[in-house]
Amino acid sequence: MESCNCVEPQWPADELLMKYQYLSDFFIALAYFSIPLELIYFVKKSAVFPYRWVLVQFGAFIVLCGATHLINLWTFAIHSRTVAYVMTIAKVLTAAVSCITALMLVHIIPDLLSVKTRELFLKNKAAELDREMGLIRTQEETGRHCALWMPTRSGLELQLSYTLRQQQNPVGYTVPIHLPVINRVFSSNRALKISPNSPVARIRPLAGKYIPGEVVAVRVPLLHLSNFQINDWPELSTKRYALMVLMLPSDSARQWHVHELELVEVVADQVAVALSHAAILEESMRARDLLMEQNVALDLARREAETAIRARNDFLAVMNHEMRTPMHAIIALSSLLQETELTPEQRLMVETIMKSSNLLATLINDVLDLSRLEDGSFQLNIATFNLHAVFREVLNLIKPVASVKKLLITLNLAPDLPEYAVGDEKRLMQVILNVVGNAVKFSKEGGISITAFVAKAEYLREARPPEFIPVPSDNHFYLRVQVRDSGSGINPQDIPKLFTKFAHNQSLATRNSGGSGLGLAICKRFVTLMDGHIWIESEGIGKGCTATFIVGLGIPEKLNESKFPVLPRGSSNHVLANFSGLKVLVMDDNGVGRAATKGLLLHLGCDVTTVSSGDELLHAVSQEHKVVLMDICTPGIDSYEVAVQIHRLYSQHHERPLLVAITGSTDKVTKENCMRVGMDGVIQKPVSLDKMRNVLSELLECGHQMSSLARV
Amino acid sequence: MDVAQLKRQLFEYTTLLFHEGFLDEQFTQLQQLQDENNPDFVVEVVSLFFDDSQRLLNELAKALDQQNIDFKKVDAHVHQLKGSSSSIGAQRVQRVCIAFRNYCQDKNVEGCLKCLQQVKQEYSLLKNKLETLFNLEKQILAAGGSAPM
Repeated sequence: MESCNCVEPQWPADELLMKYQYLSDFFIALAYFSIPLELIYFVKKSAVFPYRWVLVQFGAFIVLCGATHLINLWTFAIHSRTVAYVMTIAKVLTAAVSCITALMLVHIIPDLLSVKTRELFLKNKAAELDREMGLIRTQEETGRHCALWMPTRSGLELQLSYTLRQQQNPVGYTVPIHLPVINRVFSSNRALKISPNSPVARIRPLAGKYIPGEVVAVRVPLLHLSNFQINDWPELSTKRYALMVLMLPSDSARQWHVHELELVEVVADQVAVALSHAAILEESMRARDLLMEQNVALDLARREAETAIRARNDFLAVMNHEMRTPMHAIIALSSLLQETELTPEQRLMVETIMKSSNLLATLINDVLDLSRLEDGSFQLNIATFNLHAVFREVLNLIKPVASVKKLLITLNLAPDLPEYAVGDEKRLMQVILNVVGNAVKFSKEGGISITAFVAKAEYLREARPPEFIPVPSDNHFYLRVQVRDSGSGINPQDIPKLFTKFAHNQSLATRNSGGSGLGLAICKRFVTLMDGHIWIESEGIGKGCTATFIVGLGIPEKLNESKFPVLPRGSSNHVLANFSGLKVLVMDDNGVGRAATKGLLLHLGCDVTTVSSGDELLHAVSQEHKVVLMDICTPGIDSYEVAVQIHRLYSQHHERPLLVAITGSTDKVTKENCMRVGMDGVIQKPVSLDKMRNVLSELLECGHQMSSLARV
Repeated sequence: MDVAQLKRQLFEYTTLLFHEGFLDEQFTQLQQLQDENNPDFVVEVVSLFFDDSQRLLNELAKALDQQNIDFKKVDAHVHQLKGSSSSIGAQRVQRVCIAFRNYCQDKNVEGCLKCLQQVKQEYSLLKNKLETLFNLEKQILAAGGSAPM
């Protein structure tokens, strides 16, 4: 055996100690081999480890150390030279590697240390970045922007009327409308990208860092109320647009995409509709307010008008009475004055006063009538009257004037014209008189012809105007009166003016023609009220004139019913001048009254007998007495009973004296009572000469018809 | 005084009477009834009125003096007086009579007595005035003028 170079252990091999050493070496070797394995494993696992080379070195060092220790295991026993060699090599290598590693570590450890600081640095950076990200997000939101620009009233500027955030520029900021960028947007119906630097996009003052995001603008048509036709879509010929601007956030990398642009256009349309709705609503609210205001104003005006009308009516009512009373006094006293003895010049003066006051009275009546006619408060007095008599009356009234002017008046009443008619006699006479009066007034020579006949259907059809088509029926007829004169005529152009109030034909009227110009206007109104029409024809100046009117009148029923027909007043044709020899019986218990009535009748030429009681009356009455006048106010004497008695005495009508009651009361009851007991007439106190005359003449003429006279 | 002056005086006096309401148109009517056949008509009627009224006033005084006043009778008298006065146109007397009748209907003794006083007063006034009127007329006739009425 070769001896190994190893040192022989000094002491004798302690088996136990040896064993422990042996074991420890073994484990050390094991550890030494497994550590590099682990290292390799983990290094492989980690992606980033900049110091691989160092690990390899370290691995090698450990492996060799392990190998050394392993080989050491064999050196405890006698071992061969190979082992010794191996052992030596191992140890040499190990030494080499360790020294190198030690040298390398000097470099490596500072690096490793610096990695740690870098890690710290990175952490800080990460936190900072987080913060910044938060900031940027908020900024991104502020950077996202939407604004609406509306055109001002003048149309020359766009006013910022809405922004997403009302912070920076207050609403009211304006921009002139004729910028090229705006024109570009307005002329296209698409959403267009515009420069963020344009005034419409530059909502916020530019802060240094921020690069503004992309801006898109689109036009919003403003639909006006007038664009909405019924059943039509609003016409887009509107010239007014609003501008909607959308801005992306600054610093954002986002871009406007095509589909986003389309979305924007759709939104713009909706905005247009919403704006127009708002405009319409506003308009309608304003209109409603205006209407309410107008209503209030109208109401006020109506109330004022009503007050005015009422005031006028009150005034007229008062004036009516106030004016008429003195008028009548003047007329009455002047007529009395006429009866007295006067010198010729005095008589002339009094006659002038009479004429003027009559004219004035007529004028007052006309004006008051006209105002009542206009009010619509006028009502006709319908009653039965003698139609023929009306015409005769007119003739009589107009004859004196006509004969002075040497005009010939002819009256032609158709044979089928009824004698009695139902209507307003006074107003009809007024109309005829007015028309005939005008004819006379405006004729200097020649003649006037008055024709009256019943209008037949054919005539009615020709009657002008064509829309006036009266239809006669069983109980009424249409009277047509035509007055033709050969006077100065009227210019056809002036004819329409004739019937207007107060319009005077200056060319025709002489200074003295008088009248207020109301006459024809009133006539027209009366005729219209009577369901008729009036018109004038003339061929020109100097060619005369024809006035025609048609009125509707009723046909009276048979006259034998118990009705009091109204007597035409002042029908002087029928009044007998005196009643000479007429035997009259007067009953009155009052001596003075008896004497007064007797004197009256004596003045009229009657043969008067007076009694003071009913019994005396019954005793005294005989067939010779034509008229019996009874004062029925007498208390204690039932005059009605007396009347009944007389009726019984004289059963035949032609024998019975006419019974007339004299009463102070004006009520209907008395009249009805008189009628009931069979009185032929009623006179109301105070009894005047004229009243008595009229009653007696009527009675004697109409026989046993009942007649009554109202208080004159 | 000459006729013209007298006539004017008469005219003024008559107008005054009308104006003061002593007379009304009924009196004028009576005047109109006077003619050659009846030359003193007015005077006759007025005298009749005076007699009648005097009688009635006496009756009224007697009736209202009673313990138990018979208002019906009083009313009847007043009615008569009213009728007469209205027949000749004595307006003021007539008016008092109307009031008198109302008091009678109400059976108001005091009112009736008051009215009686009034009527008497009015009546005497009227009587005086008419007598003056007639005197003037007589003067005119005496002076040779024609009957003015």
